[in-house]
Amino acid sequence: MSTAATAGALTAGTLRRAAESPGFLSPTGVEITFLLVGLVTLGAAVVTVTTRQLVHAALWLVVALGGLAIEYLLLTAEFIAWVQVLIYVGSVVVLLLFGLMLTRAPIGRSPDADSGNRPVALAVAVVAAGALVWVVVDAFRTTWIDLDGAPSGTTEVTGASLFQHWVLPFEALSVLLLAALVGAIVLSRKANAGSEPGASGEPGAPGVKDTAPPGTATGVTRARRDQEGDR
Amino acid sequence: MTDVLDVALRLLVVFVVFLTFPLLVGQTEHKVMAHMQGRVGPMYAGGFHGWAQLIADGVKFAQKEDVVPAGADRRIFQLAPAVALLPYLLVLLAIPIGPGEGAVGQVLDAGVFFVLAVMGVGVLGSLMAGWASANKFSLLGGLRTAAQLLAYELPMLLTAASVAMAAGTVSLVGILDAFEWWWLPWQITGALVFFVAGLAELQRPPFDMPVADSEIIFGAYTEYTGLRFALFLLAEYAGIVVLCGLTTVLFLGGWHGPWGADGLGWVWTLLKTAVLAFVVIWLRVSYPRMREDQLQKFAWTLLVPLALAQIALTGVVKVVFL
Repeated sequence: MSTAATAGALTAGTLRRAAESPGFLSPTGVEITFLLVGLVTLGAAVVTVTTRQLVHAALWLVVALGGLAIEYLLLTAEFIAWVQVLIYVGSVVVLLLFGLMLTRAPIGRSPDADSGNRPVALAVAVVAAGALVWVVVDAFRTTWIDLDGAPSGTTEVTGASLFQHWVLPFEALSVLLLAALVGAIVLSRKANAGSEPGASGEPGAPGVKDTAPPGTATGVTRARRDQEGDR
Repeated sequence: MTDVLDVALRLLVVFVVFLTFPLLVGQTEHKVMAHMQGRVGPMYAGGFHGWAQLIADGVKFAQKEDVVPAGADRRIFQLAPAVALLPYLLVLLAIPIGPGEGAVGQVLDAGVFFVLAVMGVGVLGSLMAGWASANKFSLLGGLRTAAQLLAYELPMLLTAASVAMAAGTVSLVGILDAFEWWWLPWQITGALVFFVAGLAELQRPPFDMPVADSEIIFGAYTEYTGLRFALFLLAEYAGIVVLCGLTTVLFLGGWHGPWGADGLGWVWTLLKTAVLAFVVIWLRVSYPRMREDQLQKFAWTLLVPLALAQIALTGVVKVVFL
């Protein structure tokens, strides 16, 4: 009896809130687009982690990240959207593809690329998605972006809030990145010194023979070594 | 209704520019190279200086068989030219050609970020082509493309950031509105770095190691024939138009001119862009190709420090004198 009453109260509350909020029951074009792009993004993300072709996974990741950028645009966060394209699609994916091509990127399936962790990965993904959806929906259920009002996601607004209210996290992040940078240099130096005398091949590029002549690896590493020497 | 018409008209104009300007640059390249190297080439098609040869070439490309290698990844191989070409069309939308909001395809709040981000996407096309061709030379070309992009994206971004700092905005229209003539000497280092890094990103000589035709037979495009190959070539020339237009807008004042700026702004923009395009062609004729390690060294040990110095200079001048 009491459960039915609470359920009724909950439904009534949700309905009332839905009626108060603009356009929840009569979706606008923006909302429909948002939903469709979201579905495409989700689909691309699922294909990214399930496909057995390595380079295809990287390219589907491009679709997923691009879809996210469009979602940011639809949420009026223009600056974040273009930064997303610049950093993730333009740099991270290129770096990923570069790494794949340099090591092993066969055309067709690569069945040995499976680590056998599918069930665990699925569990983690479901739990993470569930937690995020729950928290975000709960936090922003009644928040609506006023499309006709002052722009809320422009570079100016983003910059002002970033450098007025969030300076400390911003600087902490840059220190973190600096630490990563120094760490990368230290690691690469060590590897370089270890393989210096009489080393014919670089241990960093094992699978090169599958796809490219060995000259590739030595050419690139020689260039890298030249840089290191200059530094 | 007028809004729809306005948008449609703008899109149409940008599309026409996208279709004609790269061809103009291509034809100019044929002729300028021919005269600089004293080998005039086909001079009869169409009459004056053989202008119709370009159309004949286009017809030839369209007639050729579209071959996909048996070992290739078919869909990615076929998709790659579109990925290489379309970003430049999008970038053209954001480049202002004259003063006011009427002379740009679409006013974007974060214009600088938009153009640099979308230009970076175009390189994915070369990478896809290089990988999907199932050819060692293509893969080498793809690898070199990626290495080059990673090296030259940074100085390009840094110098663009310097201009954005000077103008106090990242909108291309806003940057042009804030432009003063003395920005030219102030930002000259940045301009050179930006232009050179852009050339490298387009893989134009002397930075054409990824396509080096005499070593790795055109790199990522080795296996391409017919129309798809022509699309890659078109992407290269569209890239020249975009790079020259961007350098004009960011560093050379766009529609600002020493005289007659009223109503003639677009002439200045086009003139500056054309001169820069000529320089791009000139460099191709006069400089030998750089080696792969020289390319990397050039970016990391010269361009990046220069770009950082430019940012420091911009910051100091902005704080102390303005």
